[in-house]
Amino acid sequence: MDMCMELFKVFITGGIICSIGQILIDKTKLTPARILVIFVTMGVILTFLGIYGPIVEFGKAGATVPISGFGYSLGKGVMEAVDTMGFLGIFVGGVKSCAAGIAAAVVFGFLASLFAKPTIK
Amino acid sequence: MNSNINMSNEEYSTYVESKAKKSPIFKNIVWAFLVGGLICTIGQLITNLFLSWGFSKDDATMVCTISLIFLGAFLTAINVYSKIGQHAGAGSIIPITGFSNSVVAPAIEFKTEGYVLGLGANMFKIAGPVLVYGITSSVFVGLIYWIIKLFM
Repeated sequence: MDMCMELFKVFITGGIICSIGQILIDKTKLTPARILVIFVTMGVILTFLGIYGPIVEFGKAGATVPISGFGYSLGKGVMEAVDTMGFLGIFVGGVKSCAAGIAAAVVFGFLASLFAKPTIK
Repeated sequence: MNSNINMSNEEYSTYVESKAKKSPIFKNIVWAFLVGGLICTIGQLITNLFLSWGFSKDDATMVCTISLIFLGAFLTAINVYSKIGQHAGAGSIIPITGFSNSVVAPAIEFKTEGYVLGLGANMFKIAGPVLVYGITSSVFVGLIYWIIKLFM
């Protein structure tokens, strides 16, 4: 039962975040690239303001899987690194906490496009 | 129905808009909600699986991210992700699988222009801006946080 409730919260949180994106696409004609940029930046800023953290506690993967969650780990990572390393942490923290995601995107992205055949239009 | 005949042009255009435009937007939002929610739920199931195997919370989240990025890249390569995207819209763009899709899709498209400036460069056509703005804002946030800490 706990598990179902948890998954329900994840589903709702993820759904709402994606719906906000869809409303932005339909109402403002923003391109997907701009939507991704806006969401990542908002993720960093909302994390800094202490707003995104509670959303992650409530929605778990529902808040970390959307691209705003990438911003969350950038923001969270940089603040933790400043705590432990001081000034240098400003430059290290963000990318360090996203290293796995970035490396995975580069490697899997490269391999996938290497083996995929271009579609004929 | 018959009252439509007596409508002025303006009334008619608002009538048409109310009938034609709203339903697709509502439908799009429902699709985005369902697909986006579903991808996040799959992410949570992967996270829970690794948590039950004794991974720490941070590590399990990391494995979840890597798995979903792999899934997004794989589904893009076999041309399935674009089919999901036709209905799901933001529901397939916003999750991390959509980020992965944005890496692979342009790379495949420009593969014919060579492996360095075609495939290699176009991988970052959309992911590049995301990293530029994401990392830049994280550095600014870090700087502000560091300054605040100086006075606290």
